[in-house]
Amino acid sequence: MISFENLILITLLSPLLVCLLTPLLSSKPILRDILGPLGGIISSWGAIQLMASILNGEQPRLELLQIAEGISISFVVTPLGAIFGLVASVLWIFAAIYSVGYMRGNKEKNQTRFYIFYAMAVHAALCIAYAGDLLTLFIFYEVLTFSTYPLVTHKQNEMAQKAGRLYMSILVGTSVILLLPAIIWVWVVTGSLEMSQNGVLDGKMNPDYAPYLLAMFVFGIGKAALMPIHKWLPAAMVAPTPVSALLHAVAVVKAGVFTMLLILTNVFGIDFLSKTGASNWLVWLASFTLLTTSIIAIYKDDIKARLAYSTISQLSYITLGGALASSMATQGATLHIITHAAGKITLFFVAGAIYVGAKMSKISELNGHGKSMPLIFLAFFVGSLSIIGVPPMGGSWSKFFLMLGAAESGYITVIAVFCISTILNAYYLMEIPARAFFFKKEREVKIKIPILITIPTLITCFLTILLFFFIEPFENLTSIMVSKL
Amino acid sequence: MTDILIKNLPILVVLCPLMMSLIVVLIPNIFLSWLLTFASTFVAFIFSILLYQEVQIHSTISYALGNWAPPLGIEYVIDKVSIFPIIIITLIGFLTTIFSSKMMPDEINETSISKVYSLWLLAIAGLIGLVTTGDAFNLFVFLEISSLASVALVAMGAQKDKQALVAAYNYLIIGAVGATLYVIGVGLLYGITGTLNMADLSERVVDLKNNKALIAGFGFMIVGIMVKAAVFPMHIWLPRAYAYAPSAVSVLLAATATKASLYILARILFSVFDIADNLIINTLSYIILPLSIIAMFAGTIMAVYEKDIKRLLAHSSVAQIGYITLAFAIGTKASVAAGFIHMFNHALIKGALFMAITSISFYIQKRVTLSNLSGLGRAMPITFFCFVICSLSLAGLPLTAGFISKLYLIKASISADGLWIAILILFSSALSVIYLWKMIEALWLQQPRKEIIIKENPTIYISLLIITFLNIYFGLDASFVVDSSTEAAEKLVGVSK
Amino acid sequence: MISSTIGIWNYWIVFLLMMIGLFLVIGRKNFLKKIVGLTIFQTSVFLLYITFGKIKGGTPPILNNAIDTVYSNPLPHVLILTAIVVGVATTALGLSLVLRINSEYGSIEEDEISAQDLVDYHDQIETSKKIDTKFIQ
Repeated sequence: MISFENLILITLLSPLLVCLLTPLLSSKPILRDILGPLGGIISSWGAIQLMASILNGEQPRLELLQIAEGISISFVVTPLGAIFGLVASVLWIFAAIYSVGYMRGNKEKNQTRFYIFYAMAVHAALCIAYAGDLLTLFIFYEVLTFSTYPLVTHKQNEMAQKAGRLYMSILVGTSVILLLPAIIWVWVVTGSLEMSQNGVLDGKMNPDYAPYLLAMFVFGIGKAALMPIHKWLPAAMVAPTPVSALLHAVAVVKAGVFTMLLILTNVFGIDFLSKTGASNWLVWLASFTLLTTSIIAIYKDDIKARLAYSTISQLSYITLGGALASSMATQGATLHIITHAAGKITLFFVAGAIYVGAKMSKISELNGHGKSMPLIFLAFFVGSLSIIGVPPMGGSWSKFFLMLGAAESGYITVIAVFCISTILNAYYLMEIPARAFFFKKEREVKIKIPILITIPTLITCFLTILLFFFIEPFENLTSIMVSKL
Repeated sequence: MTDILIKNLPILVVLCPLMMSLIVVLIPNIFLSWLLTFASTFVAFIFSILLYQEVQIHSTISYALGNWAPPLGIEYVIDKVSIFPIIIITLIGFLTTIFSSKMMPDEINETSISKVYSLWLLAIAGLIGLVTTGDAFNLFVFLEISSLASVALVAMGAQKDKQALVAAYNYLIIGAVGATLYVIGVGLLYGITGTLNMADLSERVVDLKNNKALIAGFGFMIVGIMVKAAVFPMHIWLPRAYAYAPSAVSVLLAATATKASLYILARILFSVFDIADNLIINTLSYIILPLSIIAMFAGTIMAVYEKDIKRLLAHSSVAQIGYITLAFAIGTKASVAAGFIHMFNHALIKGALFMAITSISFYIQKRVTLSNLSGLGRAMPITFFCFVICSLSLAGLPLTAGFISKLYLIKASISADGLWIAILILFSSALSVIYLWKMIEALWLQQPRKEIIIKENPTIYISLLIITFLNIYFGLDASFVVDSSTEAAEKLVGVSK
Repeated sequence: MISSTIGIWNYWIVFLLMMIGLFLVIGRKNFLKKIVGLTIFQTSVFLLYITFGKIKGGTPPILNNAIDTVYSNPLPHVLILTAIVVGVATTALGLSLVLRINSEYGSIEEDEISAQDLVDYHDQIETSKKIDTKFIQ
């Protein structure tokens, strides 16, 4: 029986080892490319074990290193963290297989360097998932930003430079100027960097300052892409699609909303939030972001740009859920992390497949190609249904909980917001399979999609359906998360 | 035997480099003079470690020079506060001496090298003496020893670039004016208290609270030290002096010279005068605080527009000195501790960055500017790696030393109800990422049209690797730095008289 | 009032010399004149110290065997000796620097030297751009 501490270590070290071993195998591409999926399998196994332990009522902890008096690097498995950790590790397996197919199919350069930083980014994301205190969270939050820079600027041309600058300036700027002092403020007010299930601020923090502290956190967590801190996400689409798929649909942005939810529940606490009304303004900001980015998405012709804005919109769902300060809404938000991740990664996989296979990146070019790439567009269709929230895809559960939560907190307008955005989602997402299957083909294009791309896409698409039927363990985790101690 | 050694350590740690400098100047052989310098700085470092252990046992060591008892005689004081800069100076001196062995012959003609090493040892001895002494006038003497030696060292850069001469001249004039201002201050204080010993001064000053001569003397002393510590606006000598000095010299100066003066500033503000004194509180909040904030931004903004990398790093030093003085200006125990933490970490960071840049300029045989940094990453991977790590440390990336000092500085300012100060510090720190990122971008995204082949030299990159490793080590295990700084702050600010 | 003002005539001279010295350092463009100014400035400080040492009715501080002698304070004199030595070293270093500057630049006027330096600086930046860099891809 492996101890919990070792389980945490295995799950966290697996991607780090992949990162360190990859340069040694750079001359043997086949071995090097197997490392990624292998590491993903090991991490997923660990993440599943840790999730099971939470369901059994345990709380695994690992104190790694004491930096100085009162500050240390420690890891703990919370229900929220277990979910995010599982999402990141499982989807890493498929993203790793996909990226092998993509990088080879596109004949990209510097593949070894790519895989090194890819694994490092996953490692950082997992460390965020299992972060045991605010400092560890911040440390790996920053490591994630810096390790994804080489991935975003992989192409090393002028566009990459511009995108990279925007990416770093927004993410580093917000985290250094707002997130760090907010964390230290909490440290000064509560005397430690620990978080706890019901929040640590209750009773220690002056309620008048709570909205300002929350604002510092909200705008400091740039990865959650709330307006106006959202510009980095469309800019980061210059990266190769495996990066956009895993990192900017799953790891980086989910790390952002994960941090957001963690702060809202484990630092502020749902009770404190509803008592002080500190997050009321956030409800409106998140709703605004939701709707505005959905509308912007309609006008984007580039597939990845549309998906980027769709991601920003979906992230606002999660932030909105957290801001509603009710247990149902928080549960919905947490479930949305999983369902959106599965759905969005499918959509990005498809976008990459279209680019590699047919060299197309604009939606207007897609007319009539459904017959030549049927499986791909079918996967897109299923993934979109999940994002829109139609049963029997997993996304319907999270939408359901979110709407219940809005009703529970008394925000009826928010339910209207959800409904409007569902309609918008349907419009801009369904356009793609619609064009592919129902429009006439305008030009002939040679299609060649590597098998290593098709398979992961189909698997993740299948996952969205699976999530509908097997939502129960996750639901149980979220109820543990919101239960009062 | 060891007993005598231990008893006389305070003077030995100064004497060792001082005496060796007299010997080294007579030796014409380059390797031998380097070896003696290396031995002497290494021994000084060992002595400082021994002193550290002694200080842990008896918390203050007072050594009377020539057995003349203080307060009439000159006294050397090693306590939990002064041991800190002693360790910084000896450690950096030792590492830089290793680094200099390859760099010196490249930049200075062979007949002068042993004389340069002699000046080198004089500068180090002066700095060590500066922080050990407990007598105000003796401080001036050591201040001038280290300054004059540094001026001469900076001027040696004239072989590569004649701008070093003007830089050295400006350094000399401005530095001499500053030192003389300090002497005026000491004179005024001596005139009203009758003593030069710092501990004795601190007692006698208490009765003289509103004495005009006291305030004037204090003012002169502070301004004089601020000139040496390159606090804005008296920092103008610093950028050119660091930029055009020979490689090893810029590493040594950037890492240690201003730190010693900052330590003296803290001593005068907090030991000689009392923190609770109105005079000090007003000085801190109305003079040093605004100047530090301006320094932070002025230094960073000048660095953003600078194309020559050594000048860029020198401007960045001005900003970092601003952080340290800001920490002192906030005036609480936590903030003074944060100031000391940053003194230590910045010495490591700036030392490492200057080492990396000067090694790059050694390999390509030109001044390094933003344009010719391009693509060198591939050609010199070890240097590039160390450079990136240390830039990230300067930016305050977690897991490096720079982050630790930032963390404690912000915590201290928020605890002292200065959230706006914290935001300003972080804002300027985010701005500093701009110029660091420009350098990293140039290395990552650009490449030269012709391929550059460079063979990295082990002697150079060993000291670079050691100092980079220290950067990461003190980012992961900051207990030594944090604890010593907290003890130092405790001694300075903790007990009010 | 007048007598007290005239009584501290030492300090007036100190003050005058200090200001003259500082003016020369800051206001004059000739490097040599700056050094002269610095020396004057330092000399004023020496006078300041020695004035502090003089005690009303004090004899020069040479030990004699009378019992009731009031000696002037000898310590400032010692301090000033040290400071004079430091001043001499500073002046020597400054003058040798001026000599080198003259041989390298051909002038010891600050504005001419700054103009030359500015041209050199821009030259360095321009020549380094000629390495011809481009984006990797």
